[in-house]
Order: sequence, then C-alpha cells, then structure tokens
Amino acid sequence: MYDGEYSDKVIDHFTNPRNVGEIENPSGVGTVGNAKCGDIMRIYLDIDENGIIRDCKFKTFGCGAAVASSSMATEMVKGKSVQEAMAITNKAVMEALDGLPVIKIHCSLLAEEAIHAALWDYSQKNGIVIEGLKEPKADIND
Amino acid sequence: MEKIYLDNAATSPLKKEALEAMMPYFIEDFANPASIHTMSRGPRAAMKEARATIASTLDAEPEEIFFTSGGTESDNWALVSGAQLNEKKGKHIIISTIEHHAILETADYLKKLGFEVTKVGVDSEGLIRMDELEKAIRPDTTLISVMTANNEIGTIQPITQIGELAHKHGILFHTDAVQAYGHIPLNVKKMNIDMLSVSGHKFGGPKGIGFLYVKKGIRLPPFMHGGEQENGRRAGTSNVPGIVGMAKAAEIAHRDMADNILKMTEIRDHYIQRIEKEIPYCRLNGHRTKRLPGNANFSFEFVEGESLLMSLGMKGVYISTGSACASGSLDPSHVLLGIGVPHEVAHGSIRVSMSEDTTMEQIDYAVDAIKSAVATMRSLSPLYDDYVKHHKEE
Repeated sequence: MYDGEYSDKVIDHFTNPRNVGEIENPSGVGTVGNAKCGDIMRIYLDIDENGIIRDCKFKTFGCGAAVASSSMATEMVKGKSVQEAMAITNKAVMEALDGLPVIKIHCSLLAEEAIHAALWDYSQKNGIVIEGLKEPKADIND
Repeated sequence: MEKIYLDNAATSPLKKEALEAMMPYFIEDFANPASIHTMSRGPRAAMKEARATIASTLDAEPEEIFFTSGGTESDNWALVSGAQLNEKKGKHIIISTIEHHAILETADYLKKLGFEVTKVGVDSEGLIRMDELEKAIRPDTTLISVMTANNEIGTIQPITQIGELAHKHGILFHTDAVQAYGHIPLNVKKMNIDMLSVSGHKFGGPKGIGFLYVKKGIRLPPFMHGGEQENGRRAGTSNVPGIVGMAKAAEIAHRDMADNILKMTEIRDHYIQRIEKEIPYCRLNGHRTKRLPGNANFSFEFVEGESLLMSLGMKGVYISTGSACASGSLDPSHVLLGIGVPHEVAHGSIRVSMSEDTTMEQIDYAVDAIKSAVATMRSLSPLYDDYVKHHKEE
C-alpha cells in the first residue's frame, strides 16, 4: 500500500495519534487481533460511577489504517455513556476517517471489537450487563 | 525536503544517456523495423546493435537474445514454453520456494495444465538447499528454474552449481535474473544457464522492455503469437526505443559494474552495521555476503512494516516492505516465511535497495529516520509494552 490511498484524516490520525498510552487500573481493557495477521489493538477505558467514559487510551501494532482507526475510535468514545459507546460501529469509525481502502476495512472492525472487548472486561469486573454486548471472540493467542 | 529514493529494486530511474539514445526512435526514426521500405533500415540497424551489445554483456550470441515486454513475460515464456518443449519426456518441473510471483504463479498455471511442480526450500539465509534440489530430480523432470538473486532479501544463489546439476540430469535450467542483471557479473556459458530473464527498468533502462536469453539449439516454442518478429519466436511490433534504451543502460551498467559493486557494498555494509548497532530487536534477512550490493532487508520486532514505511515517507525516505508487486496483499512475504522468519516478525520488515547514486550521507539520514520511526512505532505497540513488562518481571 502507498499512503496516497489514505484520506487526509487517516494521515492526520496516523501522524498525530490521539490518546496513545495506557490507563493505570483501568475500568476495562480489551485486546483484539493477533500479531500473525499483523494487527493488535488494545484499548483502555476509565469509566465513572455513572457509566460515563471519562478517558480512553490505546496501543496498537499494525498498519497506518489500524493506528488511525484506534485513534479515531478513542476520540469517539470519550465522554460517551457505555450504551452510546456500544453504538459506535466500524462503519462510524470509517466514516469519521473519510473512508478506508477496501483491504483496510478490517482495521475499523478491529477498533469496534477492541471497544467491545474493553467494555466486556468492565462489565465482567462490575457484574453488570450491557445490552447487546457479547463476549469478545477475537483472541490475541489465536 | 530531499527525496531519498531507496526502492531501486522496485524500479530505477531511466539513465539520461539511455533517454537520449531512445529519442530519435520516437518521431524521426519511428518506422517499423519489420517493414520492407528503406525507412525501416535505421530502426533495424539500431535493434541489431542493441542485440549485440546485450549479448556481449552475458557472453552470449546476438541470436540468443529475444526482446520481450519485461521480466514477467520472460519468466512466463521460459516456464510455460520450457515445460511444453519437453512434454513428451516428462511433465515435472522444479522451482524454489522464494521465486518471484512471475514464476510462482506461472508454475501454478502449469499445474492446471497437468504439470507437476516441486518447490525446493531454502536455508535461513535464503540459499537453495542443494541436497533437496538433487533429491527432487526425477526421470520425468524437464525444467529447473531458480532465481539468480532474490528481489526481497538479495541472496545470490549458486547458479553455476544449479546449472551443472541440471545438465548432469539432462534438464533445462532457467534463471530469473531480473534483480541480478546489470548489478553483478553474469556469464551464461560459465554459469551453465540455458534461459535467463531480464527486465530493462531494474538497471536504468525503460519500463515495458526486457529480454529472454535462450541458448542456441533450444527450440523454445513461441509464447506470443501473430508475427515473425524476433526470428519468429516472439510476435509483436518491436519496441525500438525501449530496446535501444535498455541496451544503453546495459552498456553503462556493465562498464561501471566493478566500481559500483565496490562503492555500493561499502554503503550497504555501513547501513547494516549501523542498524544492527543502533536499533535493538532487529534481524538482517538474507545472506551477509552472498547478497546483491544494493540490498539490505531488516525485520524490526514489535512494529508493522506499512506504518514504518508511512512514517519514513513523511521524512522523505522511500523504501518498500518487501516486494512492491505484493503490496496489495496483507499476507507476510513468502520469501521471509521461506527463510523461517516468524509471521509476526515478518510483518515488520523493510527492504532498502540502493543505486550507484546513493551516497553515504543519504544512507546515514535514512538510518536516523528509521531509528526514530521504529522508536515511535514501538511506543505505540502493545507487543513492545508486553515484552518490556515481561522482562522487567523476570
């Protein structure tokens, strides 16, 4: 791939990724993808007692689209309620990035899965049920 | 920002002398060399001269050089027609696991035509396993094709020995020399080569032109049909400007070869030393000395190649992850997997391919850029995090 196929938004989020890092004692953390396929995404959530996502950080091993998708996804969930975060789909991430090359669409899907995996971790830790949330199937040891 | 182009194995810029040599054959001396009228004489003479120039670079005869549209066509022709030539004797051919896709996928096509293909593996440095190759030979084997030098890792194969082995068993030997020709000395007679593929744009010639060397006496059937060009062996109007440009580039490349090899090897080894010394968790892919003078391929753990390329592109350094031809694919390189690089490490690999014009200053700038890009990408990488934490605990 050459970077000419990426939108300016993708380039921007790749060059200056937002919310890189980790959160100590996170409310939830989710890791999806696997290194064999070339993408691993880890998302940390800090969720307050009202179920609002106060902070969100990420670390990603992957291509430009994977980094940009992670960056955009973290921006989109920040300040949202858990239920609102559930509504952030890969399509929404992709649209926010002004599109992705066809062979990179799975990167945005990975971002959606990473959010869900972090929310699942949060729901398990706190014994709550989040409507529509299923146990993540992606496993980095696949 | 200065553009530092280190992707010469993908394609090289046309040499100015080659462009100048080509110019008359576009508008003034444009006639079809196959025409009968006198205007065809100039182009015909130019082709004759070009053929002789190219033949002399390989210790071949002019009538053994057949112009094609490039390396891919030459590979397709040699493999398909080479296999069909001795079909009555047998339908088994042998290639290596790290061939270019022009060979790999043509071999797959031959399978559909009812041929059997054995792929012989390579060692961790990319050298073909000669014992495996010998074992793979059967009474019905008619063709062996092993590339002269690999496009991704630059490893140079023991071509002379492979040719010797093939001939001992009465088998035709083809080599894809697309990356090697014009960069290292080749001699078809001394190296026991029956067929050899070349592409013009890998050594300063134009794109869309190449040739196949076919040893006299081998009645290789035509692959392109519909005309008497190239002695009835390759139909299609001759690309006169391309042929003239390629011959000029070949002449220059061979004239300057000894100096270029010395200069480029020094710069390449400086690059390798600096990377190994200054960037932890890296691995040189390919053979340390039996490699193309301008090639260096490294894997960097915990980072992914494409994002590394993007970061470097922003710093004005232009390189490849491996093969530009495979960049539409998400799979890691078959060459790196073939030499035993694990999947996840293969993803973090980049190839630097220099030209004779690459300077020490440019390479130093590139190393600095790679160093900082790898550090940035590692700071983003959950794999690096996990690795560092794991080692602190121990």
